[in-house]
Amino acid sequence: MSEPQRTAPVSVILGAIGSLRSAIFPAIAIAFSGIGGDGRFLLALGVGLASVVIGTAFSYAHWRRLTYTIGETDIRVESGLFSRSARSVPYERIQDVSLEAKPLPRLFGLVAVKFETGAGGADDLALQYLTDAQGEDLRQLVRERRDDEAAVSVADPDAPVRSEPEAGEVLYALTPGRLLTFGLFEFSLAVFAVLGGALQYVDNVSDIDVWNVDLWRSWLSEQGSTVASLGLFVQAAAAIAGLLGLVVIGMATGVVRTVLRDWGFTLTRSARGFRRQRGLLTRTDVVMPAHRVQGLVIGTGLVRYRFGWHGLSFVSLAQDAEGESHIVAPFAKMEEIAPIVSAAGFRLPDETTQWHRASTRQRTDTVVFGSAVFVLAAIPVAIFAPFGLFLLPLGAAVLAAGANLYAWEFRRHAIDASQVYASHGFFSPTRQIATRLKLHSVEIAQGPLARLRGYATVHLGLAGGTFAMQGVPLAEARALRASVLETIAATDFSRLDQAPQSQALSEPHSAFSENFLAT
Amino acid sequence: MDHTPAITPAGHPLDDEGELTKLHPGYAHALRLRTTLTAIPFLIGALVAEAAIAEQALLPQGVIAGTVLVIALALIIRVPATRYNARGYQISADRLRVVRGLLFRSDTVVPFGRVQHIDVHQGPLDRFFGIATLTLHTAGNHNASVSLPGLGEPLAREMREEIRAHIRRETV
Repeated sequence: MSEPQRTAPVSVILGAIGSLRSAIFPAIAIAFSGIGGDGRFLLALGVGLASVVIGTAFSYAHWRRLTYTIGETDIRVESGLFSRSARSVPYERIQDVSLEAKPLPRLFGLVAVKFETGAGGADDLALQYLTDAQGEDLRQLVRERRDDEAAVSVADPDAPVRSEPEAGEVLYALTPGRLLTFGLFEFSLAVFAVLGGALQYVDNVSDIDVWNVDLWRSWLSEQGSTVASLGLFVQAAAAIAGLLGLVVIGMATGVVRTVLRDWGFTLTRSARGFRRQRGLLTRTDVVMPAHRVQGLVIGTGLVRYRFGWHGLSFVSLAQDAEGESHIVAPFAKMEEIAPIVSAAGFRLPDETTQWHRASTRQRTDTVVFGSAVFVLAAIPVAIFAPFGLFLLPLGAAVLAAGANLYAWEFRRHAIDASQVYASHGFFSPTRQIATRLKLHSVEIAQGPLARLRGYATVHLGLAGGTFAMQGVPLAEARALRASVLETIAATDFSRLDQAPQSQALSEPHSAFSENFLAT
Repeated sequence: MDHTPAITPAGHPLDDEGELTKLHPGYAHALRLRTTLTAIPFLIGALVAEAAIAEQALLPQGVIAGTVLVIALALIIRVPATRYNARGYQISADRLRVVRGLLFRSDTVVPFGRVQHIDVHQGPLDRFFGIATLTLHTAGNHNASVSLPGLGEPLAREMREEIRAHIRRETV
């Protein structure tokens, strides 16, 4: 299996379709413009055809010139038409292997295979497209090779190289009903941005001048006079109906977006790692090794928190489509999150966890300074604006003070024998958990105010994410740093994966190679 | 691992709040020179402005250039010294502590066991004063690189060797 191979031949057709798609609009533009006089339709057809032919040729050449080799210790990709480039990634460094199937490739039974190394987006290795089966085989192979190497390096012939069946224990799945509820909480007004774009388009292709203010004003005054004649009650009703409409549109958008993204969301746990599948049209399939999880983030939202819904993400060096962490349970109750957390080798904070609150001085300071801005703004308003308007910034000041007071409720931190915890947020808490051992540095940061008042922010270096505890009293911050450093300094980075404290390696076969770094 | 004398035995907490080591005196001079170089364009600008409005006689002569000069002198004389005094480091058997910042203080500790790679950097100014910047890179997103400027150049290299030796001892 070590000879160079090509990706699936159908990729050429997909490339050609891609170039057709990008040629359609210029062709239409030519057809409707004045270029070429009577023969413009022919010209448009010609341009379209030419771009398809050129696109297909390029796509074919790229396919011919791209080969991948599955070697003993690494996977190599050679590509390039004129300037050749060869990239090799050792199996050890592969963070996770993800399969992504966009709607069109999916029709042909193809997937894009991506090897995440943690080096950052563009530097990752990607093969598009392989057939479903090939992709699956490749993933299996990468995993086996990696296990192989690990087994060799610790000279443990007893541990057989297992090719695990793909079906692992299902940890979490989103049912369609749950997905619908989730969508309702994902309120979004993005549709209006799309509408704005569409209006711009209408403006370009039709005679209606969308950005003409007079047009809208005349339309508004027409409607306005009708509205004005309706009386106060009807006006209020109309306003409420408008707001309700907005809410309905927002929720519908949320549901559609959520269903597209998270349809069939399944998280399974096999002996080696976590596997996540999701997506209605674009189907993605990501595998994350359990020991690569650096920390957890349990987020929630303003409203969903009130109903007890939370979302869980894994912090690791590999990056997810829309953020730095992999979402593993987007919408779950705490009791559903708990088994995932323990499968990843972490513990949720429980009754024995000693939470420390942020300094009350910090609370006072955030309240005072959070509202001071609005109070200051009220002064010129009171002087120059009509009487009564200054109440607006004053009201905002009261709200800001209240929000900051409430935010203090969520600002907590804790430390125990193996983990650190932090929680923060304005109206709902975002909680973070990290293993003490997998931290990289400790910083105590203080602004001028914090120095005066004796509190600090403790920043902990976490690979693939950030971890901060805010408003920690200075003495406590120092004690915290001392105890975290004691844990960190005791184990070298290269031994992180074998360290006994790391419960991520609860399985018997976790024989990882010596320099199986988290990078 | 029978060769870990570097690690302080438990029950004997390392003093992370200890006395800081001052940076190379050349660093204060380098800072001062840097501030001066930054101030020169502003002074020239002030002189040009002065010359431009001289005919209108709106302001007494020398007001603009004088103000800028006074501010620049204050910055050049005062700030480098305070900044120099605010910085410091502390190196122990298995970790480096870097303290910096005038208004916004930051006090960072990097254990050698988490260092990915080490840089020693010297700019033209640094070379003139015989100082160097030591930068430790870690895998964490926050503090991905912790730099300690203003070390004597031989000291910076020595520290690099020391930290590197520690990494190797731990790994092999």
